[in-house]
Amino acid sequence: MRLLRWFLGLLFIAAFLYGNFFYYQGIIFYKLINVILFCSLFVLFRVLFGPSPADRIIAVDILGILIIGLLALLGLVHQQSFFMDIGLIWALMSFIASLAFAKILERRDLDD
Amino acid sequence: MTREFIGMIFIVLGITFDFFGVLGLVRLPDVYNRLQAATKCVTFGSAGVLFGVFIIQGFNNFGFKVLLGIVFIFLTSPVAAHAIARAAHRSGIPLTKETVVDQYQEDKELKD
Repeated sequence: MRLLRWFLGLLFIAAFLYGNFFYYQGIIFYKLINVILFCSLFVLFRVLFGPSPADRIIAVDILGILIIGLLALLGLVHQQSFFMDIGLIWALMSFIASLAFAKILERRDLDD
Repeated sequence: MTREFIGMIFIVLGITFDFFGVLGLVRLPDVYNRLQAATKCVTFGSAGVLFGVFIIQGFNNFGFKVLLGIVFIFLTSPVAAHAIARAAHRSGIPLTKETVVDQYQEDKELKD
C-alpha cells in the first residue's frame, strides 16, 4: 500500500513535469507559473484533508507566500507593476489572518 | 542580457525551493515537521523569485515594490510561524511517535 502510494505520487509529478516542459508550447515564464500553480494544488490538498487545525493554518499561510511569487512573475510577463500591489496586500492580510487563527487555536481572546 | 540571465537563475532556483518545500508539506508526518519544511518556501523560495524579478527590473517602481515585498516577507513570516507552532503545542496537538526530545513540555512541567 505504501509502495503503491509512492508510485502514484511519482507518476503524478512525472506526468506533470513532462506535460509542462515538453508538451506545452508556451514561453518560459508561463511554464514557471504552471509549476507554482501545481505546488498550490498540493497545498490545497493539505487544506482539505489536514488531520489537525494547525495543518490547515500552515497551508493557508504557505498558499499566500506562493501567490506572492506568482504575482511577481505575472507582473514581469505583462510589464505591469500593479500586480505587486496585490501581492503586498495579500501578504499583509495573510500575516494578520495567521496571527488571528493562531490566537483562536490557543483559545485566548483577540485583544489579549 | 547578463542581468536577465542572472535573474532567471534566481527565479528557477526559487521555484525549485518552492516545489521541494511543498513536497515536504505533503509528505512529513507531523505538524511541527511540516511547519519546518514549509517555512523553507519563504526564505529562499518566494524571496528568491522576488529577488530575481528585482534583478531583471532594476531600480524602477516595479523593482522597488518587489524589494518592499522581500523585506515584508522576511519580517512577518517567522513571526507567523512561531505563533502557529506555539499555539499548536499549547492546544495539545500530539507529536509524532519518533520524537526524541520535547524540551518545551519539560519546561512547562518544571514551571508548574
